[in-house]
Amino acid sequence: MSRKVPLHDLAHARAGDKGNTSNISVWAYDPGDYPLIKDQLTPERIKAAFPKLITGDVVRYELDHLHGLNFVLGEALEGGVNTSLGLDSHGKSWSFLVLGLELDVPDNLT
Amino acid sequence: MTTDMMRMGSGAGFSSDRLGPAVDLAKQAELDWLVFETIGERTLAFGHRDRLANPSRGYNPQLAARMRGVLQPCRDQGTRIMTNMGVANVEAAAEVVISVARELGMKGLKVAAVLGDEVTDQLNDDTILFDYGGRTLGEVDRPLVGANAYLGIDAILPAVETGADVVITGRVADPSLFLAPIVNQFGWARDDWAKLGQGTLVGHLMECGMQITGGYFADPGRKHVPRPAECGYPIAAIDPDGGAEITKLETAGGMVNMATVKEQLMYEVHDPTRYLTPDVTADFSTARLNESGQDRVRVASAGGTERPKQLKVTVGFDGGLLGEAGVSYAGVNAAARARLAADILRQRFDDVPGMAGQYRVDLIGLNSVHGTAKPDAEGESQDVRVRAAMRSMDRDMIETMLWEVEAMLCCGPAGGGGYRGQITPGVVTHSTMIDRDAISPSVKVYEA
Repeated sequence: MSRKVPLHDLAHARAGDKGNTSNISVWAYDPGDYPLIKDQLTPERIKAAFPKLITGDVVRYELDHLHGLNFVLGEALEGGVNTSLGLDSHGKSWSFLVLGLELDVPDNLT
Repeated sequence: MTTDMMRMGSGAGFSSDRLGPAVDLAKQAELDWLVFETIGERTLAFGHRDRLANPSRGYNPQLAARMRGVLQPCRDQGTRIMTNMGVANVEAAAEVVISVARELGMKGLKVAAVLGDEVTDQLNDDTILFDYGGRTLGEVDRPLVGANAYLGIDAILPAVETGADVVITGRVADPSLFLAPIVNQFGWARDDWAKLGQGTLVGHLMECGMQITGGYFADPGRKHVPRPAECGYPIAAIDPDGGAEITKLETAGGMVNMATVKEQLMYEVHDPTRYLTPDVTADFSTARLNESGQDRVRVASAGGTERPKQLKVTVGFDGGLLGEAGVSYAGVNAAARARLAADILRQRFDDVPGMAGQYRVDLIGLNSVHGTAKPDAEGESQDVRVRAAMRSMDRDMIETMLWEVEAMLCCGPAGGGGYRGQITPGVVTHSTMIDRDAISPSVKVYEA
């Protein structure tokens, strides 16, 4: 059996911007949770979760020894800081979009 | 000059960053260098606009205030200052530093200005903008405000070698502000790519100021930051091989730990094996981090390969105007009244010739910031702000939008209040590349 756990319970994250590209790094609090995060938090998962926002490709870079993943989201800032009409034109809060995704955590893991 | 170790501090990580903690570092941290990094793509373009409006401006607006705060304590401590606060007018900025020094009676203070990053005259209509679908500069239907190449340590080192108390630059790569003094101190070869990569990592970690000491980090219940209103700027104690310990003043709030350093490690980084600067292709993927004590993290083992052949250039254009206006609905049935107000606004806007498709309406409190990402995630609230936004080169169009929003006070749903509207100038930036030998940086020395 497994249960749904928000990524926010297992990891922290930071977002940055360059032009219309957002990058979001995600870091496991507990190294023991990193394999599960790496297994489930795929670039395809992130792209599929926010199809209207992310119109480009999502690429994932893995920093296994630091238990972190770096996602690069192409065409994902509503035009970017210079052209977006949104309130958060840098996408600073996109990290919390990702942290709101849920992972399946087996009951035998705490 | 010692070659044992050097201490560098950050005094700003963006143009409007706090001053007080920089003064604390200047007085207490026994630094070799205090570095103020204040340029972003937008602030650079705004610098050009300021200079076009007034030829004696175009540098960082907080330059004089910052210099008044740190010049004397830095001289007392034997700390040199490195900054890109020259933005789009480095010579005028150098004059400002000199005039503050004179005002403080600091006779003999030397300022070295790094010139040559502006390449506006070297672009033409055929210049290809690689971040604009490969289209050319001539295809951008906006006035050009200025273009600057990212200079690196080749341009900064001659200024460091003058022995100036203050080195001031325009557009240089942010980590280069740290790397140039490091290379100067330890005498690294300009093609020792591994060391330059590690030094670039130190610069990258430090350049955003408090983002590594507890700023941009707190998340109540998950990530606790002690005394977050009193965060200190970071200090790096750097070894001759480029390994460094990141820390802060013991008296300052905030913190330095594995989590704060990791988040900054990948901040605005794409491929961690290829972080491009004018100085090196840095490889952050091999970086090792270790907590070496309370609020102390050691960073080492980043690498690097040969520097890119060309330099990146940011090209700034007039972005027209951004208009934003809002009105609030609160209390019983607020969400329904706000949704109705948004519908009314959309109908009114669409009736204005040229406005359809050019605006955005948000319902702040229901779904706004993440509205595009999660279009169906509308909650309920008794405190909702209807916000309209639009960009245009046409001021009349923007003013019409603001007028329509303000009119909602009497013409819209019941109980709307708190109208505010503002118009702010915008910029648009694109990027191109330039050959290294197309630029010719120079240094100009000033004395108080």
